[in-house]
Amino acid sequence: MTSVLTPTTSDDLSDAIADAARSGTRLAIAGGGSKTEIGKPSNAVRLDMRGFAGIIDYDPPELVLTVGAGTPLSEVESLVAAHGQMLAFEPWDHGPLFGKPAGAATIGGVVAARVAGSGRLTRGGARDHLLRFEAISGKGERFVGGAKVVKNVTGYDLPKLMAGSWGRLAAMTQLTLKVLPRPRASATMVIYGLSPVRAHAAMARAMSSHAEVSAAAHIPKVSGAERSTTALCIQGFEPSVAARCALLVDVLRDHGTLHTLPAAEAESFWRAVREVTPLASSKTLWRIDVAPSTGPAIVDAFESLGARWLFDWAGGLIWLAFDGDAGRVRPAAERAGGHAMLVRAPEAMRTVVPAHHPRVPAVAALEFRVRRAFDPHGIFETGRFLDESNAD
Amino acid sequence: MSLTMPQPDDAILARRGEIIAALRRIVPGEGVISQPHELKPYETDGLTAYRQPPMAVVLPETTAQVSAVMRYCNAQGVKVVPRGAGTSLSGGALPLADAVLLGLSKFSRVLDVDYENRLAVVQPGVTNLAITRAVEEMGFFYAPDPSSQIACSIGGNVAENAGGVHCLKYGVTTNNVLGVELVMMDGEIIRLGGRQLDAAGLDLLGVIVGSEGLLGVVTEVTVRILPRPQTARAVLVGFASIQSAAQCVADVIGEGIIPAAMEMMDRSAVHAAEAFANVGYPLDVEALLIVELDGPLAECDYLIGEVERIARANAAVTTRVSRNDAERLAFWAGRKAAFPAVGRISPDYYCMDGTIPRRRLPEVLQRIAGMSASHGLRVVNVFHAGDGNLHPMILYDANRAGELERAESFGNDILRLCVEVGGVLTGEHGVGVEKRDLMPVMFSEIDLAHQQRIKCAFDPGLLLNPGKVFPTLHRCAELGRMHVHRGQVSFPDLPRL
Ligand SMILES: Cc1cc2nc3c(=O)[nH]c(=O)nc-3n(C[C@H](O)[C@H](O)[C@H](O)COP(=O)(O)OP(=O)(O)OC[C@H]3O[C@@H](n4cnc5c(N)ncnc54)[C@H](O)[C@@H]3O)c2cc1C
Ligand SMILES: Cc1cc2nc3c(=O)[nH]c(=O)nc-3n(C[C@H](O)[C@H](O)[C@H](O)COP(=O)(O)OP(=O)(O)OC[C@H]3O[C@@H](n4cnc5c(N)ncnc54)[C@H](O)[C@@H]3O)c2cc1C
Repeated sequence: MTSVLTPTTSDDLSDAIADAARSGTRLAIAGGGSKTEIGKPSNAVRLDMRGFAGIIDYDPPELVLTVGAGTPLSEVESLVAAHGQMLAFEPWDHGPLFGKPAGAATIGGVVAARVAGSGRLTRGGARDHLLRFEAISGKGERFVGGAKVVKNVTGYDLPKLMAGSWGRLAAMTQLTLKVLPRPRASATMVIYGLSPVRAHAAMARAMSSHAEVSAAAHIPKVSGAERSTTALCIQGFEPSVAARCALLVDVLRDHGTLHTLPAAEAESFWRAVREVTPLASSKTLWRIDVAPSTGPAIVDAFESLGARWLFDWAGGLIWLAFDGDAGRVRPAAERAGGHAMLVRAPEAMRTVVPAHHPRVPAVAALEFRVRRAFDPHGIFETGRFLDESNAD
Repeated sequence: MSLTMPQPDDAILARRGEIIAALRRIVPGEGVISQPHELKPYETDGLTAYRQPPMAVVLPETTAQVSAVMRYCNAQGVKVVPRGAGTSLSGGALPLADAVLLGLSKFSRVLDVDYENRLAVVQPGVTNLAITRAVEEMGFFYAPDPSSQIACSIGGNVAENAGGVHCLKYGVTTNNVLGVELVMMDGEIIRLGGRQLDAAGLDLLGVIVGSEGLLGVVTEVTVRILPRPQTARAVLVGFASIQSAAQCVADVIGEGIIPAAMEMMDRSAVHAAEAFANVGYPLDVEALLIVELDGPLAECDYLIGEVERIARANAAVTTRVSRNDAERLAFWAGRKAAFPAVGRISPDYYCMDGTIPRRRLPEVLQRIAGMSASHGLRVVNVFHAGDGNLHPMILYDANRAGELERAESFGNDILRLCVEVGGVLTGEHGVGVEKRDLMPVMFSEIDLAHQQRIKCAFDPGLLLNPGKVFPTLHRCAELGRMHVHRGQVSFPDLPRL
């Protein structure tokens, strides 16, 4: 049975969820479904949130935007861009990564999946930009968390929980996001030919300098280029960008020669990093979150096993294309104090390897209790994440 | 005082001696305080209108001791109130007569500074400023800077999600914390987050920050550190009306500039600050802005020029740019002395902390002035103008009968107004006991039930810091049954594809 529910009002949604709770039906909350290939396939009823679309309130000088959770990401992005602003966590459409057309991703989906781009390093992730939400919990109750102002500590910070909740706590109908001014000028400076260790050192040095680097990434030779590229992005007002680029040349003089990337090349470089295009052809794709200094040893080990990879977030995010033994990846991430998410994999692997890195038992138990706080009957547990003993 | 705290449990009070003996077995030596005169310093926090000595104070030195204390208290049904430096302005650390006050003051070590990954691992009793002190020789700083930063602890900052004047650009505590070690009420020790940017699974760290000591005791904190900006310069801008000052703030942000700090003072605040600190503030203005820009020299120079231009376009009556660091600090000295300055012109004051959408500022200030007249109490306004966080200070004299009550009722009116215009009860000081009973102004019963269910997931016995944040703490079993739904209508008409 793969039916689809398409409510368009909070009342209908609330009824649908309450009804599912009564009948024990599992609901897979979906936006554009661009991430449905993450995790184990499930046959739960699809709860399509795209009926909750539209811009609700946008006052650019307040830096606050309220939209329906099912609004296409592309629509939100073009609206704020038209006002010289941006979603500073740089969410992106994963559709193409899974061989689907672009344009399907919704704002609710990217927030629930905690999607962020290279700017996450300095400007924060979805968690840092979600100010308020309205949602229907697993009991069919409508509730709100947070508020439509930037600074707020009234009650628990529920928006943090909802960002990255992967449809397991409540169905969000409305989101209020913090937006930021789009930088007036941008420059990308690169060093070619660095090894992972030296790339890490250069990025660490740059991030510790006064150059106020906003993003730092590294694409190695093994991932398709003729030589490795270590890139640093500097953004802001024109005079400041020029001064900081000059400063960076000085700061990194012991690390290599800096070149300024022409604008079009810079744009395609950052898109490649964000959308992981150099690794697009691999069957199995992992996302490893670690402290940057631990990255070089990890990628060296996997490169010798045939993996391809790239660094974003100054090395704190490793995208790893590795079709070999999945059992090696998580222990390596754990030894480095981090964790690994299985983003893309053949179906056979996804039915046995959980998408999210397993947590230690005490934390897993706590998460379970928190999920039950929002969804007491477990109707949002579709079995997709393989961590729910009583899910189907 | 108008506040009701949970009724002390006589059965627990009757076992006081036995409980103290058990705590002494866990934390030997001087770590358990039980003499009435020694309990006195712990009877209040920064919200001094409320006082209550605890049953006992325990000052553990290790996470294992914290865990053992919690496990014991949980098993015995004894309440626990965590305390950092006791500077909370909302009564978050206010003791309870039948509770153990668990102080983190002995957790005062910086455990690791990791420059390569730009982070520091510290114990929760380390003061906010001490983190910056520990990393400044290498050119770094810890960005969130509450005015209480010499005194307040990082554990308390995490619990309150503290902010500061520079949070406009650098974010508040939650944006700068990477991980914590947490002891839950049952004694279980867990780690949330780590040295990387995101944690696996649900963002539980995100709810711990700002949870006001109700979910667990933080025993270690990992924070991000940033390179200290190369330069900082400030502009002091005076306006003939609040409206033009507010418009200037909106225009600065509208131009895409996010200053490091943007603070506003009203006429009475300017006068009080100048009388106290003598820093040369213009006295003939209705509103004064301090806009600080930081970063590389070229950026500061450029942005200072932009801000001056925007200020002039908004009919600024005075504009002064700091020529050196001493002058910049002088600009701040008045603003930073706002509390003691107000203390000089009034025996007591009550500091509020609501946030509003910035565009509503002129209207809100006008209505606060009206309330001031009707309550018969003066008010002095300072605020973090960049993010709409207001700190009206209500002046009163506690020795005059009824004035404290009037001040509280004036304060409540201000907070209701903040919510009415689309804002919130508290921007950085926390709900604590102070704003607890106003929570229903902002949240429905269902909203609060969802928050409280999280409390139940961490502390089902409701033993950790009860009486704070929630106006009514429902028993967890009762909350599970609470089901408010608009009806039993099914969804026959819902389209299915
Ligand atoms: C680590 C990672 C792995 C990814 N793997 C894949 C993949 O395998 N295949 C693929 O197509 N895309 C994948 N993506 C992309 C991602 O799923 C989408 O780009 C993004 O979520 C776009 O939104 P959507 O509307 O398509 O979301 P969806 O894919 O529909 O939903 C994403 C998640 O958010 C939840 N959700 C959606 N809307 C709401 C709402 N309104 N309220 C509450 N929860 C909601 C869903 O339950 C789901 O768990 C991945 C992203 C990341 C960060
Ligand atoms: C003069 C003055 C100026 C101030 N300025 C600001 C400001 O600019 N910005 C701002 O945000 N705040 C400000 N404050 C408020 C206060 O300093 C902050 O809320 C601070 O974070 C409290 O820290 P503390 O260590 O004193 O915590 P406490 O007052 O001891 O405790 C505060 C809360 O945190 C809990 N808690 C403390 N430590 C822990 C722990 N380790 N684990 C779990 N829970 C814990 C307590 O139970 C309590 O609920 C100011 C206060 C004063 C007196």
